[in-house]
Amino acid sequence: MAEHKAHCQQCAFFAKGVSILMEAKTPLYDCHAALKGKIVPFAGYLLPVQYPAGVIAEHMAVRQAAGLFDVSHMGEVTYTGKDALANLNHLLTNDFTNLAEGRVRYSPMCREDGGILDDLLVYRRGPESFLVVVNAGNRHKDVAWMQAHVFGDVEFADISDQVAQIALQGPKSDDILRKLTDADNIPQKYYSFRENVPVAGISCLVSQTGYTGEKGYEIYVENQYAPQLWNELLAAGKEYGLLPCGLGARDTLRLEAAMPLYGHEMDETVDPLETGLDFAVKLDKDFIGRDAILAKGAPRRKRVGLKVTGRGIVREHQPVFAGDTNIGYTTSGTHLPYLNGAYAMALLDAAYSETGRPVTVEVRGRRVEAEIVPLPLYSRGK
Amino acid sequence: MQIPQDLQYTKTHEWVKFNEDGSKAKVGITDFAQNQMGDIVFITLPEVGDSVAAEDTLTDFESVKAVSDIYSPVSGDICAVNEDLADAPELLNSDPYAAWIVELENLGETAELLSAAAYQAYCQEQEEA
Repeated sequence: MAEHKAHCQQCAFFAKGVSILMEAKTPLYDCHAALKGKIVPFAGYLLPVQYPAGVIAEHMAVRQAAGLFDVSHMGEVTYTGKDALANLNHLLTNDFTNLAEGRVRYSPMCREDGGILDDLLVYRRGPESFLVVVNAGNRHKDVAWMQAHVFGDVEFADISDQVAQIALQGPKSDDILRKLTDADNIPQKYYSFRENVPVAGISCLVSQTGYTGEKGYEIYVENQYAPQLWNELLAAGKEYGLLPCGLGARDTLRLEAAMPLYGHEMDETVDPLETGLDFAVKLDKDFIGRDAILAKGAPRRKRVGLKVTGRGIVREHQPVFAGDTNIGYTTSGTHLPYLNGAYAMALLDAAYSETGRPVTVEVRGRRVEAEIVPLPLYSRGK
Repeated sequence: MQIPQDLQYTKTHEWVKFNEDGSKAKVGITDFAQNQMGDIVFITLPEVGDSVAAEDTLTDFESVKAVSDIYSPVSGDICAVNEDLADAPELLNSDPYAAWIVELENLGETAELLSAAAYQAYCQEQEEA
């Protein structure tokens, strides 16, 4: 079993020792160690890829009960001032003009040529105050880009190192949260949030958002209170079957829900229309990358789902064929626990992207049969 | 971590069990290997009649998060394959020393094989590395 092939940073089980001294610990590192989490380097942090229950059990807990994730590696920046809104509308593809206070909106951030620099969430805290949550692996690139494009009367700050984030996800997350705070404090709508919510007596920003396809909450807290909050949530969730979950389940859950991941479904060579993010691209306003996206016209590629119908597991960055024609590549893929089968997402030539088309994927020199299926692969019952 | 006394082990985390007269050998992966890989969801099963050389790739297997090769502890011809693993690869997690993968005959040279005690020491080194 020597030549273990790591497909991405988060499965680099055998890389420990190589990079362990270069990675930062989140405020919850000791909690993960106490729970016997299998720690791996990921996006500059030491994080659990799984706990002893394993990826499949953790995944199923989120679908059927609840799961708790340390997502403190995510980056947070703030825009404050009279021109905060104008800055975000110029910098990002989505339009925040009518974003109400207490609401959250998703957006890509593009280069001049339309390539995606990152995808992020914007929280409107007040008329002139915004919190922006970015991917850990892109934080420093994003901050440099954002600083270089700041204009007018606005104060920009990177507060990532002061903020921890815990995601409570799954159908039982409401029951669990209600044990630790008044029901009135819990944001009622998807993509809404509340600040200064006491959760187990700790002041938090509670957001009804997530990366799993289930109802759930993302809870932002000052670093120093994070371990206490984590332990309170774990204890409150125990009777409901809550499990601590690692990066492995986070990845399988978001793939089942067809949520794109930076570095997989998108990067600087992909524009947001190609990867299916048109709902977050407002071409009727000016923003960085708009002219290039308009000039390209209708997207020539499309993001689709693949269900493996042959034998094997398809992973990311594997070529996809219609007959002998290479029509694109997979962006993510593995065995999905709830669907109990091998699936992938792929970026394909739009002319070959219709649902039901049989394709093959080249997996280590072998062709594995698959079929194009609609996204999302999984969506929860309403 | 379990390391049965009656098996021999490779540094690439396979086990091998020779039959009484030494004419045949069953091969599997160790508890250390399955634990490192996590939930195993697929194994490519080789064909009866295929030949393999010691230390060469016998097959590969996949967990949710990764794919890994399995190397043959001994040269030989595959005379049996554990077909149960095709539909239940999770047996490699739940009982790795019962879940043999192949049986070899016409045996030749071996890879470097460790006793249970030596393999245990080796795994400890790996974990501390």
